[in-house]
Amino acid sequence: MKIVGLSGSTVGSKTRTAMNYVLKKLTENYPETEVTLIDLADYDVKFSDGRNYLEYDGDTGFVARTLMEADAIIIGTPVFQASIPATLKNVFDLLPEKAFLDKVVSMFVTAGSPKHYLMVEQQLKPILSYMKAQLVQSYVFIEEKDYFRKEITNDDVLFRLDRLIEDTVVLTETYTKIREIKEAEYGF
Amino acid sequence: MQKYRINPKKGLEFGLYTLGDHLPNPLTGERIPAKQRIQEIIELAQLAEQAGIDFFSVGESHQDYFATQAHSVILGAIAQATNKIKISSSSTIVSTLDPVRVYEDFATIDLISNGRAEIIAGRASRVGVFDLLGYNLRDYEELFEEKFDLLLKINEEKVVNWEGEFRASLDDAEVIPRPENGWMPIWRAVGGPPASAIKAGYAGVPMFLATLGGPAKHFKLSIDAYREAARKNGHNPDELPIATAGFFYAAETTQLAQKEYYPHINEGMKRTNGRGYPKQQFAQGADPRDVMNIGSPQEIIEKILYQYELFGHQRYIGQMDFGGVPFDKLKNNIDIIGTEILPAIRKYTKG
Repeated sequence: MKIVGLSGSTVGSKTRTAMNYVLKKLTENYPETEVTLIDLADYDVKFSDGRNYLEYDGDTGFVARTLMEADAIIIGTPVFQASIPATLKNVFDLLPEKAFLDKVVSMFVTAGSPKHYLMVEQQLKPILSYMKAQLVQSYVFIEEKDYFRKEITNDDVLFRLDRLIEDTVVLTETYTKIREIKEAEYGF
Repeated sequence: MQKYRINPKKGLEFGLYTLGDHLPNPLTGERIPAKQRIQEIIELAQLAEQAGIDFFSVGESHQDYFATQAHSVILGAIAQATNKIKISSSSTIVSTLDPVRVYEDFATIDLISNGRAEIIAGRASRVGVFDLLGYNLRDYEELFEEKFDLLLKINEEKVVNWEGEFRASLDDAEVIPRPENGWMPIWRAVGGPPASAIKAGYAGVPMFLATLGGPAKHFKLSIDAYREAARKNGHNPDELPIATAGFFYAAETTQLAQKEYYPHINEGMKRTNGRGYPKQQFAQGADPRDVMNIGSPQEIIEKILYQYELFGHQRYIGQMDFGGVPFDKLKNNIDIIGTEILPAIRKYTKG
């Protein structure tokens, strides 16, 4: 199983801190999974110009291809101006319309305050659903007060992240099995 | 229709097309050399002619896993190797070519073939060709519209006066040689939503509609929009031919046809398009209402006749060689077309 951790911002450290925790736990608990981190702060990604994702080269091509080859994607994103960062939206724009068909996608959000708690429900989930992702319904919302010096100190958040990891892996396995059984029935 | 060399009394025309893809056979992992692929395409056209198939066309793609970048050269070879079958491009990317050169090439192919050549002009679904040939992707739309207009003008006028943005102007230019009868059919390739069908209709040019999968009724919307746009702009839709193009594969049973062709389509699309063909959707393609003509000969006949009734089109062309299908399977398909499918279709559609 290939899982990509997509850290969706080029600004700040909270999202990356949480992503580090998620990927560490994921590797510990599920050593057989192939885990890749894409922190958009580390890549020079071009704006989408409408071409097929295979036709981008450099970092842009790498990011697009790695996501397309994943079985599951864990997205970490901050809240910028009441929405997801443009860097993250651009990644979606690079990909084909049904890019997340047969993929499981889960999410956590970092924010200064709970003001935009429903941003995921109202803005991120509709995009992912449109792109045909199987969503892990519960997401983790992490606030400034849950951190101390680049570490998550709220056990409730850590427990939620642990459950997010488990749900992502279990759902991916389940959907893969469902698909295999269904496809075997077609007989070709 | 006569103008486009189509005689509706003979019924629905049946053709084959290849994109000229050059992909490994997923069952063996092996890819034949480009030389063999090109020679097999030429032979396929000969076999198609012998089986009584009306039309054969070759596409232009400038990217990995394709072998027919110089599609007009291959069509020249096919023109020489055949006698009756109509030959065309599917499609020619006029956006990144010089329309004068395109016309010279295809008029020459028309002379070599004694008046059997046609052009299907498209906008490219891959954009690598823009970088390769030095065009700006931002001009995608305008490049096509301007150059396609010029191509049509060259076809209509012996002496051309023209000015545009993407090519040097033409002053009393004579584009020669002229085709066998001074004029040749030029189609517009259309895919996706009705918007491009409407453009073809407005311009009053014949339409080649890509119908890869999904309910046939879905494509009827584009066909209706095309005819309506033609009518609104003063063209007579009854005089404008429509062709549809889509996957084709025949085997003894529908399940066997799906089993044989699916790995080729799925793996081929992964390589050229970045995504496979979802098996569930492919399985649904067996439904008689689906536009995908993959199945037993009888089921294919019924599907094509259903589509004919729905669309009232003049030509159907099938793509059966995508994704490294071995040549013996292609020959087998041509046998089935010649002995079972063509006679039935002609019997039921001739006027």
